[in-house]
Amino acid sequence: MFHMTVARRKMLWAYIFLAIPIVFFAVIRIYPAFFAFAMSLFDYNPLAIDQPYVGLENYETLLAEMNKPRSVTRAAFINTAGYIILGMPLQLLIALLIALMLNEIRSFVTLFRLAFFLPFVTSTIAVSWVFRWLYQPQFGLFNVLLKAFELPQQPFLNNPKQALASILAVVIWQGLGFAVVIFLAGLKHIPRVYYEAARVDGATRWQTFRNITLPLLNPSIVYLVVLQSISFLRMFAPVLAMTDQGDGGPLNSTTTVVLRVYREAFQRLNMGYAAALTVVLFCIILLVTIFQLRVTTRRTN
Amino acid sequence: MNKVRLMLMLVGLLALSGAALADGHVVEIEYWQYNFGARVDAMNALIEQFHEANPDVRVVHNSDIPYANFRDELAASAPAGVGPDVVTLFYGWIPAFVDAGYLVPLPAEDFPEEWIESHFSPMVANSKFEGSYWAVPTAVRSLALFWNKDIFEAAGLDPEAPPTTLDEFVEIAIATTTYDGDAEIMNITQQGYAPQLSGQAHHWFREVLLRQHGGVPYNEDNTEVLWGSDEGCAAFAWLASFETEHKTGSNDLFNGATESFITGTAALHIDGSFRLGTIARNNPELNYGVAELPVGPNGERSTFGSYWTHGITRRAAGDEARMDAATRFLQFITTAEAGALWVDMVGELPAQLESAGDPDLVADSRLGPFAAGLEYAHATFFADESQQRQHLIDAFDLIRLGGMDACDALAEGAALEQALLDDFWAGRG
Repeated sequence: MFHMTVARRKMLWAYIFLAIPIVFFAVIRIYPAFFAFAMSLFDYNPLAIDQPYVGLENYETLLAEMNKPRSVTRAAFINTAGYIILGMPLQLLIALLIALMLNEIRSFVTLFRLAFFLPFVTSTIAVSWVFRWLYQPQFGLFNVLLKAFELPQQPFLNNPKQALASILAVVIWQGLGFAVVIFLAGLKHIPRVYYEAARVDGATRWQTFRNITLPLLNPSIVYLVVLQSISFLRMFAPVLAMTDQGDGGPLNSTTTVVLRVYREAFQRLNMGYAAALTVVLFCIILLVTIFQLRVTTRRTN
Repeated sequence: MNKVRLMLMLVGLLALSGAALADGHVVEIEYWQYNFGARVDAMNALIEQFHEANPDVRVVHNSDIPYANFRDELAASAPAGVGPDVVTLFYGWIPAFVDAGYLVPLPAEDFPEEWIESHFSPMVANSKFEGSYWAVPTAVRSLALFWNKDIFEAAGLDPEAPPTTLDEFVEIAIATTTYDGDAEIMNITQQGYAPQLSGQAHHWFREVLLRQHGGVPYNEDNTEVLWGSDEGCAAFAWLASFETEHKTGSNDLFNGATESFITGTAALHIDGSFRLGTIARNNPELNYGVAELPVGPNGERSTFGSYWTHGITRRAAGDEARMDAATRFLQFITTAEAGALWVDMVGELPAQLESAGDPDLVADSRLGPFAAGLEYAHATFFADESQQRQHLIDAFDLIRLGGMDACDALAEGAALEQALLDDFWAGRG
């Protein structure tokens, strides 16, 4: 036992060192996650001493809320669906187009890449506030431009019909850089010989894209679809920063599930119900991810 | 040998420090409030005085919590077994903190009911919940009318004559609004009055406009929502008309109605005494006046009163010495003198009528109108303040953005609020 070989001893130490982050991860991330599952079964008020067990009552409330016409919970789920259904494909499409163009240019490459990546490394709150001002009805840049071209001014964030799209545009723009970088890396990995062969065969640009670029880019697409979907499902900070009092208005038109979790948990101290919302969101993310992995990871020949 | 000496020295040190603790009998208690410069300074001054008078108590003042996180931090501290012995809370939060068992009733012998009811502004009776007083304030706030004298002058109005009735308020709001083009909200370059429901306008509606239109917001025991009534509908329509009909302003413009008044682009504004400090810090040049709120059609006066109040926590109640120290501290910071210090340093009005009626205060051109309002102020009983505010914000948005009829929008909000109250009172005596 005490006469280990050098190699074995090295390995043992490697395990010891690796164990530290694992313990940390378990205590800081995994345990609270399971705790949230348990919490959702209680009428959990952090200020109180007793946390009465209520079984599935929080989930029943959630279900009842979903069936009320103007309920904020229902709005949160519908909006979150809106963010992902509109946002994710649009963001990836634009990112792919930009990546394809960036892949073509030969001068000022770094400058252009920087221009697209910069928003991604900028603080979301800062970006959101800048856009809040850009969207401002009177002296915001967008309305000043509209006015200059004698087009009707728009309320943007102040109108329930435009607010979600206005926030979504900012989020798409801000996350674009990340998707572009992943696509660029994917494009660099496609061997040039395929394109040369296609050219020799007289393939059109569309055929080349459809039959070579797109299928060989599949791993990048899968990665981005999964990651960006999760990020849209977790929308929080931009809505908090861009709506009046951070309430996801007007008329609940921009609120999200995570914003509701935050409000229920920390404003109303209704942690059991907030935990039930997170559990439902967790299940949705899990299902969406499994579904996407099934559909998108097809073998390419 | 060295080790033994070291051990002996350590033992000696421990014994010494133990003896010092036993001899001093100093009880340490914690007091928590949110971070707001003037409030922190005022409380530090009070704590210093308290230490002088009570050398056996040491108060640790925790004021490092930003306003927006204050509730979260209290919520996070409780399960961790730490937190304040005396805590400052918004009066509207009391039911939630009482329900959680976080607060203990004020000891009746130290804070007799008759004494609270006879010495404090009548709105303090709102801290009574389930038959007990759970908190008592140093200072209170009320709403008053702010008006921009420069804008009045530019519009050809007497800069020293603010509107005194609701009708005058409408006339002046219309007269002071300017547009770049047609009289449309989007073309406004200077606002007469912009209703901000997420600010103070929901209070103005519930406790002032509604009463002036002949209604009351809730029934006697706060179990029934009455603001959805015909009177409520008339008052709410009056408020909405500034945006939908008179087009004198909107909270969507100029980064919100409050900011608009502070930066000098709005003529009329309804706000609390705490706004005096914000204006002094952000735009000291603003040439404005403060007056009591306009009276109703039959001369009814009303204003909304609110306050941050101090309670004793179950943490203090768990230990006799701490409870005693906390009680003495709470008594000390809620005297009429403490209120007088508070108005000087923070600009909030003393909660005890004795200092609120101080002739100098009443004569003050800016604080006076707020102090005058304390006599007739109403504080709303809130079961869930943020939700109750949201109901009125949404009703207002349904009118101005959804084109809904004022009565229908209000009725919808009232139904939601009734459900909230039913839920709140369910299972109580």
